[in-house]
Parts: sequence; structure tokens; C-alpha cells
Amino acid sequence: MKSDSAAGLYVHVPFCKGKCPYCDFYSITDPGAERRWARALIREGQGYRADFSAFDSLYLGGGTPSVLPDDLLAELLAGLDALRPFASESERTIECNPNDLSPERIECYRSLGFNRISLGIQSLDDTELAFLGRRHRRSDTLRALDWVRERGPNNLGIDLIYGFAGHSIARWRSTLEAVLRYQPQHLSCYQLTLADRTPFGRAAATGQPRLATPEEQADLFLFTAEFLGERGFLHYEVSNFARDSTYRCRHNLKYWSRAPYLGLGPAAHSHRDGVRWWNPASVEAYCRAVEVTGSAAAGREQLSSEQIRLEDLALGFRTREGVALEQLDPGAPRTQAAIAELLEAGLATLAAGRLRPTTRGFLVADGLSLLFVA
Amino acid sequence: MSNIRNFSIIAHIDHGKSTLADRLIQHTGLVDARQFRDQILDSMDLERERGITIKSQTVTLPYIAADGTHYELNLIDTPGHVDFSYEVSRALASCEGVLLLIDASQGVEAQTLANMYLAMEHDLAIIPVINKIDLPSADIDRTREQIDRELGLDPDEALLCSAKEGIGIDAVFDAVIARIPPPRGSCTEPLSALLFDARYDPFRGAIISCRVFDGTVKPGDILRFMSNGHTHKVEEVGLFQIVREPRKELGTGSVGYIICGLKTVADTRVGDTITHDQRPAAKPQPGFRDVKPVVFSSIYPISSDEYSALLDALEKYKLNDAALIYQKDSSAALGQGFRCGFLGLLHLEIVQQRLEREYQQAIIMTVPSVQYHFKLKDGTSVIVENPLYAPDPTEIESAEEPYIRAGILIPERYMGVVMNLCLERRGTNPRTHYPTPGRIELVFDMPLAEVIFDFYDRLKTITQGYGSFDYEMIDYRQSELVKLDILVNGERVDALSLIVHRDRARQWAVQVCDRLKEEIPRHQFKIAIQGASGGKIIARSTISAFRKDVTAKCYGGDITRKRKLLEKQKEGKKRMKMVGAVMIPQQAFVAVLKTKDEK
Repeated sequence: MKSDSAAGLYVHVPFCKGKCPYCDFYSITDPGAERRWARALIREGQGYRADFSAFDSLYLGGGTPSVLPDDLLAELLAGLDALRPFASESERTIECNPNDLSPERIECYRSLGFNRISLGIQSLDDTELAFLGRRHRRSDTLRALDWVRERGPNNLGIDLIYGFAGHSIARWRSTLEAVLRYQPQHLSCYQLTLADRTPFGRAAATGQPRLATPEEQADLFLFTAEFLGERGFLHYEVSNFARDSTYRCRHNLKYWSRAPYLGLGPAAHSHRDGVRWWNPASVEAYCRAVEVTGSAAAGREQLSSEQIRLEDLALGFRTREGVALEQLDPGAPRTQAAIAELLEAGLATLAAGRLRPTTRGFLVADGLSLLFVA
Repeated sequence: MSNIRNFSIIAHIDHGKSTLADRLIQHTGLVDARQFRDQILDSMDLERERGITIKSQTVTLPYIAADGTHYELNLIDTPGHVDFSYEVSRALASCEGVLLLIDASQGVEAQTLANMYLAMEHDLAIIPVINKIDLPSADIDRTREQIDRELGLDPDEALLCSAKEGIGIDAVFDAVIARIPPPRGSCTEPLSALLFDARYDPFRGAIISCRVFDGTVKPGDILRFMSNGHTHKVEEVGLFQIVREPRKELGTGSVGYIICGLKTVADTRVGDTITHDQRPAAKPQPGFRDVKPVVFSSIYPISSDEYSALLDALEKYKLNDAALIYQKDSSAALGQGFRCGFLGLLHLEIVQQRLEREYQQAIIMTVPSVQYHFKLKDGTSVIVENPLYAPDPTEIESAEEPYIRAGILIPERYMGVVMNLCLERRGTNPRTHYPTPGRIELVFDMPLAEVIFDFYDRLKTITQGYGSFDYEMIDYRQSELVKLDILVNGERVDALSLIVHRDRARQWAVQVCDRLKEEIPRHQFKIAIQGASGGKIIARSTISAFRKDVTAKCYGGDITRKRKLLEKQKEGKKRMKMVGAVMIPQQAFVAVLKTKDEK
């Protein structure tokens, strides 16, 4: 992928009103450094002007971008827009928590050029929301959805979590049915995952169940795919569904196709021309580094061609596009044997020179790459 | 010559042979107490750990008797296992007497008997020594009775000692001098020296251990090796006194070393006779034979890119072990490797462990095999030790496999279980002897193939450690042999193929299928494991697929982590063997050799 092809711009907003017990993304709950962070972020971006000539996606993620005051957000966006021109049809997404939204704030987001809202609903069941440590409840969510639909951009993505201990298909189905009434263009349905250094991870380590069993998770996954598939959604990545291919998240596709992207802010990762680099997961360290040197890159790696192939495999098998046969070392006997087993087991299909995972193939996507490396 | 004594210590395993050797060495002041490590002669770690002598070493003990006479006592250490019985016989041929060591708490055991017979064959003076008399469980009277009844020796002549505590050591020296005759021979006759061992030295090449029967040998002499007629010039001769002590010559009756420009021990033949090229002996020392391997297995590197490192390690190992033979071999499942021949199963285990520990090789060994003889319908015959090359069943007229005579000494109460074990292992023609009340010697004719995996371990288990076992090859006998293949998802795992008796095929197939089911991790797809013989499936097991491993999120920050995990898994996969798309851990190839209750 050439750096000239349009790049994505990611902004990590490392602030939350509270920490959710399952989440391992970097964020802090003290908003005191917000303005210092925003200034550092623009300065950091300016340092990369030579490396990125244009962007066609902007993604504000976090953390919780919707905790930022409107004026600070406006200032930040002015700075980002001045970095490099965004292509006219750019996708501009902001992640929001339902209880941060108001009609005015949604208007503000539109005026700043956001044409896609990603709403972190997670569940519409108050018991589940309490279990997940979320600050919003079903009523907040439904009201926010109404406002987004009345005033917001047309393109709405909804994030949901499933597969926690005791989660049933019936309850999951009712959440899905309820959100579908708002006709989202995009759904991200994430299986709850335990990360070590989170309260959920520690609880699970001491034997308190947080996750559904692997069998239940598999059943929930297959149900999700079938339910949304029947309703016309395109299951284009393990956890992501789009109303049609135009509503696939253009920004996230860049991660999976190894396109260039610039990540600004603490803990943000960037990629260009087979080079990956990343910033420290600390607002303080990040700001200080940028203020002193203009950059915050704390680590960097240049990928070898074999590393690139490994990434192509690992990422490719997570998407419906799958992997091109020539990436699979087609001359090796093990490749032919592995392909035969996957086709036989109904885990993949072979068409147009690509090996594409089926829905059941998505369930075992993490191990598929290993079948094709020596 | 009258002040020379050449002797060995022979004993059943664990009866304290090395400890007594250590004590004798210490007593003569050859090694000072501070430098002393237990079991000086067992220099390899493996030998110390297993408490057995694998490679014999010799030491010349300078001893001054009470009357002031100086003696040269040559203690010729012998390997302590039946696999090395030929080496033992050559070492004994270099002696005039032996100390037959018996553990006072264990009494006479199978190898005590076997070793005594060997000593008698060589017409050696036998001095029974009852060891470990300090142990609370020592039963000196019972041991004396066994010496009388089972060995037919005079129990009043038995010495009592505790090598560990240093009790009775002087009496041992006195007995060696008084009861073992000095060597006979003529210093004017042509040189005749028996080569009974060789070791490798990285600077000097092969160091030959020999016993001079007639004549003398000194640096500059041109030697002739009578087995092959090769000639070499002597660079150095001397005595082993823990370190090599060069001498001007080795005289008649003495035991020492010769260095004569041989590169490796593979250039020497144990049992060979060394003489002078110009004035050769009329005939060689009796009893020379070429040692032939009886157990075969292939060795593969776990990681296929380690092949040349393994070759290197084998070459180095071979420098010091002439008995190991190997040649290139290749397997569809395991890649490039080596087909190796061993003297027995212990020898195989020693090679495996030394390659792993001393040469840091991660290896897989295939199912051991014996050498089978096939007569084909076209009138020809073939010898096969690698199941991969077994002839097609339709071409076989008849087949033969090697048989051993197995001697098993057990307390009477284990008779039933041991009898069952032997019958299960196709033992025939059982005979029983009652050497002493309460003890039985069971003798069976058994196929060698039935004892090469785990027979000894099983015997130890079912007799709670009281059973001892010894064997000798007897002959080849007609047998109904079939080839058994193991298939994983329809693909033959050649490394697991086996030639086996028809009646044992199913049992073996079931065992391998069950074991592989435990050892192969679940895959994304179902795995069928089958045992097949003669075109029929005779055993099967199935590993069901796992359903889910995928992580929910993979965004910008997750990619590097994911790739690093994959790189780690890729490294791990080098230790797996691919059969089709199935990854078989190296451990699985080892596990199939173990029977269930050993795990």
C-alpha cells in the first residue's frame, strides 16, 4: 500500500467519566489535562505533515470523545482540518456515549463535519448495563437514539456487547430487535473479552464468572450472524455488520487492509509503508514528549516481508474478503491439505482466487493463519 | 609381572560397584580427598545420575602391601548392562579375577548370576564380596546362603564390606593380591595385546585401552591390528591413573593405553588383537566378533532446519561410541533424519539422552524396531529393520523375527503376574528354577521385539522393583508379521509405522490411536486417527474440532500484538510435525511408545 493512497486519521481521546470494568483501552477520568492534550495533539499532527498528504477518514475514538466540551472539540477539529485536506467524501466518525448527548451537541457534531456517529450502547437491558458498569441506562439510550435520528447524520453505527456470564440468546435477541428499530447503518457486536489488567479480568482470575462458556459464546455468535444476516446485514468482519457494503466503516477497513493511518494522542498506533509506530499510554508522558520534541513515538517497527504476510493472513481471515491464494504459499503441500480441510469442514469457501472464511470460519479465525505458515 | 593383578568388579545394577571402585581408588591415594567426587569412574553425568556404568574405564592402582611390596593393581571397570555384554566379555578377558559384588540387602539377582557365568567362562578367580553390610536391611546370612546355593561358591570365602562407609576395604586389597593370580605370558614372544575399550580425546584421537598378554609395546613401534591388518605407529603408551600417565613401555601382563594416530573410536574394534607389524603374533586373542546392532530407530530433529546440527552432533557423539551406527533417512512426516542401530534399548536411551543433554539436540525418535527376515515368493529374501521398507504382504512367503532367551529372577509371589506379562509378550517354552526358597528364575523364549519398548519398565512396575531381567539372543523364528500403519485424516504417518505380530496389531493400533487422541490438540476441523493393517482399519479415534478461538476486536493497536503472538506460535509450530494440515506435537511421537499406566 503506497502512502499516497488516502490515509486514515485516528484521534485517541483518552478521557472518560468513569472506567468500565471490562475495558482495556487507555483512558483517565480526570479531565484536567484536556486542553493541554488537545494542543499537544495538534502539534503532534503537524509533525507528520510530510508523511501524510491527504486523509479520507477521521475517527475520534477513545476513551470517550463525547466527554469533550463543544468548544474544545471545535478548536481540535479546526486544528485537524488545517493539517491536511480531507477528501470531499471523507468518512468522519465520532464515538459517543448515549448519556453525553443532547440535541445541541449532535448539531455541533454535524457542524464540525462529522457524518457518522458510533454510539456505544452495549446493551438495552438495565441489569446488563449495571453488570457492565455503564453509566447510561435503557431510557438514556432510547432518548439519545431518537435525537441522533432526528438531528444527527444519517450514518449511525451502534456498538453492542454480548456473551457475558448468563447471557441468553433470548435476551440478546431482544436487544438486537430494539436497536434495529432505529435502522442503524452499522452494528459492531463484540463478544465480551477479558483483559488481564481490568476488574473483570481479575475477577475471572479469582474464579468469578464474567464470560459465557465458549460453547454459549459460539452459539451466540452464530445466532448473531444468522439474525442480522436474515435482516440484510453484511457480516464483513468478525464483529462488524453493515447495512450494505457502502456502510462498512471505511476507517476500520484501513486497519484490516494494512492501509496507511496516522494515530494521534496517547496510546495511538500508526502505520505507513510497512512501518508501525505508537505513542505512550500516558497523557502526561505523551504531552511532555510532544511539547519537548514535537513527537511522542515511543516504539517503532519496520515489518519484514514475512511479517507483512503474517499480518495479511491474520487480518484477512477476520474479514469476509479473506486472503488471496497467492498469500497462502500455494506450492506447499500443507497449504493444499489445509485448504481441503477448511473447505471440507465448512470453515471457508474458495472463489475468485480467494479463500474466504464462512461464519463458522470467523469463529476460529485466530488459528487459521497458523495453518499457512511453515 | 608377579606384582601385577588385573581384575574387574562385577555386580547386579545398584549393588555398589562404582562406590567400591571409588573407595579402592581413594584408598591408594591416587586422588586426594578434596578432589574426590563420588563415582570417579562414572564420568558422564548420565552415568552418575542413573548410577550405572555405560562406558568402562580402567585405572591402575599403585598399592603397597603390609609387607612393603609394591603392586600394580589394574581395576578394569565393566559396563553395567546387558546391552554391552560383548564389551563386558572383552574386559573380563583382560582379567585374571573378579570381585563379585552382592548387595547384602538385595541378595543375588539376575545379573549377579549372568556375570558370574561370564567370569567362569573366562576361567577367572571369583571373590564374592558382600557389600552394604551397614544397611539396617542387610541380611548377611541369607546372602551367604545364596552364594552357596545359587552361585555354588564357598560362602566362607566371601568378604564383608561397606564401600560407602569404607568398611572392609583392606581385606578386599589383601584378597585381590592373595587370591587373584598374577598374569602369565612371555615378554620374549611377539606382542599380543587385547583391545578392550577405546575413548575419544579431542586432541589425541582414539585412546585405546588394552591388556598386553605377550611381548611389550613402546612409542615408535609399528602396530598391526589383526582384525583388518591396518598398521599404525605408536605415539604414546601409559597407564590410566585417573589422568593418563605416559610410560616408556607397556610390559607383559600390564593394562594401559596406546595412542597411535587413530582418529576416532570408530576406527577401533573392541576385541581386536594388537601385534607388531614386523614380528606379528601367530594368532589373535580368541573371541573377536563384530558387534551388530539389534534395535533400530530413526532420529529426527524436531525443527527441520536443525538437521545439519543433528548430523554434527551425531558425528561428535560417534567419536566415542563405536557401537552406534547411523545413516541418512527421511520421513514424509518428520523430514530429514537418521536411521540408527543400537546394541539394545538402554543403548538407544543413552544415545537419545546424551544427544539431548550434551549436544542440546531436540529430537524425535521413532518406534524402535528389530531386524526382520522376509522370504519372498520369488525366492529372494530381504532383511528389514525399517517398517517403511516392509515388503508388500502379497509378496511375502514367510517371515522370521529374532528371539531371545529371557531370564527373570523374582520373589516367588510375583510368579503369576510375571508369567502373564511374558505370555502377553508372546513368551514361549517357560522354564522355572528355584535357586533358593522363595525365589524363582523364570526363563522364556521371547521375541526381541516384545522387550524393546517397555518390557523392563513393566517388569519393574509389576514386581515393585524386585524383578531383574537378563537376556541373550538365541535365533530367528518364523512368525506371522504384519505391517501396521497409522493414518491421521487419511494420511499415513510414516514415522509411526510398525512391523508387528498379527495377534498384537490391534492392541498396538488401539494404544497408538488413543494416545494420539490425547496428545494432538484440537484443531479447527475434526481429526480422524486410524490404525490400518493389510488394507483394513483395525482401530480408530476422533478428535473433535474446537468451535471458537477468535478475539472480538482487532484495531490499530491490536495488530502488532496479534502478529507477535502469531510469530510466537509460528516458532512453536517448528516443534510440531505436520501431517497434512494436522499439527502433531513432538511429544506425541514420544508418548505413543509409553503404555498407559506409565504415564
